[in-house]
Amino acid sequence: MKKLIEIKNLSAGYDDNVVLENINLDVFSGDFIGVIGPNGGGKTTLIKTILGLIKPISGELTLHISKTNIGYLPQVNQIDKRFPISVFDVVRSGKSDSALFSSFHKNKAEKEKAESLLDEMGILAIRNKAIGELSGGQMQRVFLCRALMNNPELLVLDEPSTYVDNNFEGELYLKLKELNEQMAILLISHDVGTISFFVKTIACVNRNLHHHPSNIITEEQLTSYNCPLQIITHGNIPHTVLKLHDEHQHHEHTH
Amino acid sequence: MNTNTMNILIELFSYDFFVNAFLASLLAAISCGIVGTYIVSRRIVFISGGITHASFGGIGMGYYLGINPLFGAAIFAILSGMGIQLFSSKGKVREDSSIAIWWSLGMAIGIIFVYLTPGYAPNLMSYLFGSILTVSSGELWLMLALAIIIILFFTFFYRTILYISFDEDFAKTSDLPVNLFNYLLMILISLTIVLNIRVVGIILILSLLTIPQATANVLTREFDRMMVYSVGFAFLAAFIGLLISYFADIPSGATIIFTQVIIFGLVKLIKTLNV
Repeated sequence: MKKLIEIKNLSAGYDDNVVLENINLDVFSGDFIGVIGPNGGGKTTLIKTILGLIKPISGELTLHISKTNIGYLPQVNQIDKRFPISVFDVVRSGKSDSALFSSFHKNKAEKEKAESLLDEMGILAIRNKAIGELSGGQMQRVFLCRALMNNPELLVLDEPSTYVDNNFEGELYLKLKELNEQMAILLISHDVGTISFFVKTIACVNRNLHHHPSNIITEEQLTSYNCPLQIITHGNIPHTVLKLHDEHQHHEHTH
Repeated sequence: MNTNTMNILIELFSYDFFVNAFLASLLAAISCGIVGTYIVSRRIVFISGGITHASFGGIGMGYYLGINPLFGAAIFAILSGMGIQLFSSKGKVREDSSIAIWWSLGMAIGIIFVYLTPGYAPNLMSYLFGSILTVSSGELWLMLALAIIIILFFTFFYRTILYISFDEDFAKTSDLPVNLFNYLLMILISLTIVLNIRVVGIILILSLLTIPQATANVLTREFDRMMVYSVGFAFLAAFIGLLISYFADIPSGATIIFTQVIIFGLVKLIKTLNV
């Protein structure tokens, strides 16, 4: 197993506001880590620090792969949905190492790669649509294609299941499971119920970080780590969540 | 078009001042159409408004020091563009407040200098409200140079500009020179504003950077097409506005903007009825 990312005693945040304190995390090839935790707990700060968008306040962050070898799917609400850009151009933007000066060499391989990804996700037909004309599920597929353009060794996803219907959510996680055979995945979700079925390990982030070696954690563990979570479960998506405890409680929809 | 109107047009083009005004509207359409598409897509219209008004400080300073007011305006425009970014990124001032500070500071400096300048400030109104019929050939050469630079820059770096504008964070993660481009584009915005002040004036220049783009956006949701359509609509409005300005003897800035809004309304109406 190859070590991709090494985080040691890292603190990070915005201005004087420390969001993450003294955290440690190693990401290896083949990992599928579900990052859970309450809103404002530092999940997004963690991946923005890994991506180099936020400078750490203290501690060490070592990337053993190049930055462009990390595929990134940001939160959908960070995207300007009325921006005049087509689906095809959004996907092509994932291959940005060739963007500078690229107007003059047409880059056939890049276009073919974008087309094959769109085809794989079943959305080749909408390649010429504007980004704002898509449904939530279609949009997430487009951003997943963009994140995969560089054949990344690590895929980082920030809440990919927001604004999508239940069907697509299940489909997405199955797709991620398949992708996990080729790359490590770091998946942020507020939805501990659903993801724990798909991920291999769980990292609970709430100012501190606790990396659990399995995908099943008990409610006691959550509480003892000061990691209060809203338990959300959806229709027919499997959720072997939080074992023990009376199951009915977890089926109550709090959505 | 009947022969009579044709003859009038031919006669108009025999005047140097009219040919200059015609070329000015074409060059203004090119620079404002392209740069405005970037401004509108990236939602930095308010920043551009701040830069525009801050440049008045440079115009006042130009009068006071006896140098070309447009030269002073260019310096103020670029400094305020940088200043707005610096205030909000390093100084922790909210961006809209930072814009308002530079916007009003520039206007205040301009007013102070104009009043300190002994005697009458010639052409002051033409900087505020535009006067396309008095554009000089020296200004035309500058506008031509700017139009060429903008066309080359946006052609060479089309994808980089598009990707950075659409998703700045993602562009950073793929190692694009985001900060460098932000500054280069800010300088291009400043120069575009300053060199087109003579066409529609400080008060009205935001229109050239937004209305043709809004019109183009009715018809397309592709960045490259939006640039081309914007140039077309901007030119059409500038030329018709120029004619109205000449025949009705109304300041060109006002007639051009009025025409832009009419065209926008027509395009929107036709599009709505078709769908």
